[in-house]
Amino acid sequence: MVTSILPVVMTDAVVKRRAKDLLGPVDLTISETGFTIVMGPNGAGKTTLLRSLHGLERLTQGRVQWQTPLKDAHRRQAFVFQTPIMLRRSVLENLTYPLLLRGTKKGLAEALARDWAQRVGLDDVLGNPAPQLSGGEKQKLALARALITQPDIVFLDEPCANLDGRATREIETILQQVNAAGTRIVMATHNIGQAKRLATDVLFLLNGQIAEQSPAHTFFNAPQTPQAAALLRGDIVE
Amino acid sequence: MGDIWEGISAGFWLVVTLDPDLVEITLMSLRVTVTATIVASCVALPFGAWLAIRRFRYRRFVIAVLNAMMGLPPVVVGLIVYLMLSRSGPLGVLGLLFTPTAMIIAQVIIITPLIASIAHQAIRDLWADYHDLLISMSTSKRQRIMTLIWDGRRALLTAALAGFGRAIGEVGAIMIVGGNIDHATRVLTTAIALETGKGDFSLALGLGFVLIALAVTVNVVIHVIGRTEREGKW
Repeated sequence: MVTSILPVVMTDAVVKRRAKDLLGPVDLTISETGFTIVMGPNGAGKTTLLRSLHGLERLTQGRVQWQTPLKDAHRRQAFVFQTPIMLRRSVLENLTYPLLLRGTKKGLAEALARDWAQRVGLDDVLGNPAPQLSGGEKQKLALARALITQPDIVFLDEPCANLDGRATREIETILQQVNAAGTRIVMATHNIGQAKRLATDVLFLLNGQIAEQSPAHTFFNAPQTPQAAALLRGDIVE
Repeated sequence: MGDIWEGISAGFWLVVTLDPDLVEITLMSLRVTVTATIVASCVALPFGAWLAIRRFRYRRFVIAVLNAMMGLPPVVVGLIVYLMLSRSGPLGVLGLLFTPTAMIIAQVIIITPLIASIAHQAIRDLWADYHDLLISMSTSKRQRIMTLIWDGRRALLTAALAGFGRAIGEVGAIMIVGGNIDHATRVLTTAIALETGKGDFSLALGLGFVLIALAVTVNVVIHVIGRTEREGKW
């Protein structure tokens, strides 16, 4: 049986850049199951928190501890960026890329890529250059590329920020499916409606610190901080 | 003006009649330059990519030196290679002086910094785009370099062609280390220098036009094969 890389435990984590505190100190445990939504105003530290958990951001202080060795843990997680990064290759080659990196045979990788392309509705554009896709298609491709390796956990940084309703719904459907199949998801979003549709628990950040961490129904019905309450009322929170 | 028309005419007839000497010289030019470009590219492209992604203490200094070496005077390179390969030099035992191999060595030294510097700049921009994704995917350094080289291959092809362009037009170094020996180390540029020295301007011009045509043809063929413009937006 394969040991899960979760839960991940972040302890006393601080990120500073050019004498500016971006995050922390933060103590946080991400459990094995669930769909965590990270909320907060701009500059609250949502992106820094996700990047720090994923290992993209160097901690000034503190640590992130996975249940398996770091190298293994890194291989079994994925990240979807707010602005999708497309390899200058075809859609098919973008999808097979992470599999080929892991030594998957080319034939199997292409079969999986075609399967995922169909799931996200990109099977008609498999041969097209990925950088020439529309914004929604790029984000779906980025999501499929992140999920194709069947990671234990996926971090998503406002993946629907620039997408219309239809593309957002398609991405949410995929996320709910993979989450139901056992993939842990941690996603930052500004969209309260989206958070209500997807979240099992919510992390609310303010000034680089966790102001509130609650189950979704608690957060949306009885927020513990005035800022969270203001956010849910639709007020501007700074 | 008369010399130019005579040169064009001479070049035309040399090509049309497939003059044996011209063919031999042209093939030698191609052999030396293509080999030097391939060898230099094998060294310079991975080095340029490595330099783009690797952070180390004297990185800026290395980049500055690399850029400065783009302007290496060929005659000085030729002189140094000559001294290294001459009988009394450290590599004299190899007996390479006045051979095409010596010319290739000199050209490799001249064009490697040029190709590496252009490659570094191209890969640096691509690395800025790919950085987070490749780190996120837990790629090894080797995988990153291979990905950057593959995805930046059109820009790198341009770097290699810049090296080819410099090498095929180079005369100072290969004259010194090759000796411009007939049927052995004579190439288009050294033949032009020889004919100019002899006062046969029309033949020198004819060879010059062949040289230009060769450089243009190789560039066009490589661009067409590499589909540089058609898929340039990738």
